[in-house]
Amino acid sequence: MGAQLAAVIGTGQTHHTAKRLDVSMAGLCREAIDRAMADAGTDWADIDAVVLGKAPDLFEGVMMPELFLADALGATGKPLLRVHTAGSVGGSTGNVAASLVQSGVHRRVLAVAFEKQSESNAMWALSVMPPFHMPVGAGAGGYFAPHVRSYIRRSGAPNHIGAIVAAKDRRNGALNPYAHLKQADITVESVQASKMLWDPIRYDETCPSSDGAAAVVIADEQTAKGRPAAWIHATAMRTEPTTFAGRDQVSPQAGKDAAAALWKQAGIKDPVSEVDVAEIYVPFSWFEPMWLENLGFTEEGQGWKFTEAGETAIGGRLPVNPSGGVLSSNPIGASGLLRYAEAAMQVLGRAGEHQVDGARVALGHAYGGGSQYFSLWVVGSERPGAR
Amino acid sequence: MSEVAVVGFAQAPNVRRTPGTTNGVEMLVPVFHRLLADTGLAKQDIGFWCSGSSDYLAGRAFSFIAAVDAIGAFPPIMESHVEMDAAWALYEAWVKIRTGEAETALVYGFGKSSAGELRRIMAMQMDPYLVTPLWPDSVGVAGLQARLGIDAGLWTEADMAEVAAASRRAALSNPDAQLAGETTAEELLKQPYLADPLRAHDCAPITDGAAAIILAAGDRARDLCERPAWITGFEHRVDTPLLGARDLTTSPSTIAAAKAAGVDGVQVAELHAPFSHQEILLRQAFGLGEEVRVNPSGGVLAGHPMFAAGLVRIGAAAAEIRAGRADKALAHATSGPLLQQNLVCVLEGH
Repeated sequence: MGAQLAAVIGTGQTHHTAKRLDVSMAGLCREAIDRAMADAGTDWADIDAVVLGKAPDLFEGVMMPELFLADALGATGKPLLRVHTAGSVGGSTGNVAASLVQSGVHRRVLAVAFEKQSESNAMWALSVMPPFHMPVGAGAGGYFAPHVRSYIRRSGAPNHIGAIVAAKDRRNGALNPYAHLKQADITVESVQASKMLWDPIRYDETCPSSDGAAAVVIADEQTAKGRPAAWIHATAMRTEPTTFAGRDQVSPQAGKDAAAALWKQAGIKDPVSEVDVAEIYVPFSWFEPMWLENLGFTEEGQGWKFTEAGETAIGGRLPVNPSGGVLSSNPIGASGLLRYAEAAMQVLGRAGEHQVDGARVALGHAYGGGSQYFSLWVVGSERPGAR
Repeated sequence: MSEVAVVGFAQAPNVRRTPGTTNGVEMLVPVFHRLLADTGLAKQDIGFWCSGSSDYLAGRAFSFIAAVDAIGAFPPIMESHVEMDAAWALYEAWVKIRTGEAETALVYGFGKSSAGELRRIMAMQMDPYLVTPLWPDSVGVAGLQARLGIDAGLWTEADMAEVAAASRRAALSNPDAQLAGETTAEELLKQPYLADPLRAHDCAPITDGAAAIILAAGDRARDLCERPAWITGFEHRVDTPLLGARDLTTSPSTIAAAKAAGVDGVQVAELHAPFSHQEILLRQAFGLGEEVRVNPSGGVLAGHPMFAAGLVRIGAAAAEIRAGRADKALAHATSGPLLQQNLVCVLEGH
């Protein structure tokens, strides 16, 4: 046994915005797919299987939309899998597609993820109140704000850290032609002056609701060798229950375990010095320092200092979300695959204006549910073991 | 390439209605207990977990997250989920084991159809712009397919009744079946139509249920049970969603998957046919001869737990191998309107 090598040979994404009323769901997916196929230089005959990822079906109001999308996804006559692991699903989609190649089952797999929130109402979809469960009627911000408050209390972080992250990510978004929000002039002060939504999370520290899609083509060693490729060095997924006595919701064990497994598989001993750039799922600004700690980039309680020192900006020690991240574009189901694709773009040297100089090793990260689902990958410009 | 086998299978009783939540926990907990006890494994021994379910069937977002409560997933687990029948979750787990990242996997599916109006819910699977707004009733749509086959001379209403009667008789030996009994095609044909040419017995019942399977690799599988059911072919394909653009009297995706998986010489087949005429259609697509025993469990006409039923077919086929009643078995799962998506799993006792 032992996994075969796999690599990303092409990525594509849509222009993300609040309402893509110019396209259907099929058109939205196809926009990302066509760009990924062109980037990879592949044609439909080269694709062995398709994996589609998407967050809850209630977000669009279609049960298992991959079925009606089969033709548009180029899946007809081929194997088609539909992954759903909550907000982490975009990452899981990448991991499942990678495993289809690593297992030797397929040679080239197309992974696609999308969300078209304008088709329905995500807030309604999250506000169904099933019996015996804590209601999430206030939406994700209301759910996560107490975790942020707890982080601030535990770490002693000053109040402006979240605003630093928001201003950085929105300015990065202005460098990304596909980003939903492009705010080149945003400042820490203007973020702090924006409306308080869920204390301590202000309006400008919150991700937008976006329509958008992402796609990547993953290929085996024979296809990827001798051409630009983002080699997959490691993947990891971990899950824990939403609630139980003693659960650490600020730095969940599932996230720590996933990171430990990931670094081990990638042969990375000191993540902060060995990883050149990280695309981390940060839907609310404060999650940047929280995940820096959970992922092991800093010691516990030190993440905010790393952010405050500017180390996560482009040009810093570990640029985080040079694409603008989830704070600049959030097509939920696609957000994880966007992190994965942006990590691949960085090591391929194809990130354009938000390229991090000399990026050779990159992290893609996604989380979902009540901070209970984690999907991660590490990609590199060289084959695993070649560093 | 590592060999992977089914080493354990358990399911909840197939019943018309359960009192529990739609997230499957109440049905899954006893199933996990039985399955782990049968294989002598503890939950910590499971390398990978994967499930299949539907939020629309559950009437809520994230029902599969609540289902994780049935596991007791702390310390955290390596886990994934497909919004599909759990037969495809088993496929994902089989792939995972073949990468070498896990040696064992527990796969489960659940569905509580009694919570809603299934015939209406299934209309939500169709094209949301052009078809779903017409709210096509899922039984009515199946009736159109049955009529096409009758008009083409591929089957008759009597053939369909014979399938239903055989299912009821076979299910007498299946303690988990919802519908079982001594009956004949002649008796069934006296019943009124539900959606001409379909009668009630031609349609899988509304069922609440759940099921789980444990997979293991190589020597681990040999250690865990006496006669593992080895997976020697595992393929799936999807057809176009445009019902007007495909020949509804056959199933191209089934034929392609069967060819790739290698179904020659199977002695028994568990077919996921939610309507009686679809069992005939599938037998024809697979080219199964008279000598092949079909649906010894009774099939889904005897109980149809949505999103677990395909997995149950694999469990039932594996049970035939493990009991030594067959050396090569075929399991089939379907998803989507009128057999749009099909999966074929070939199991052998070698």
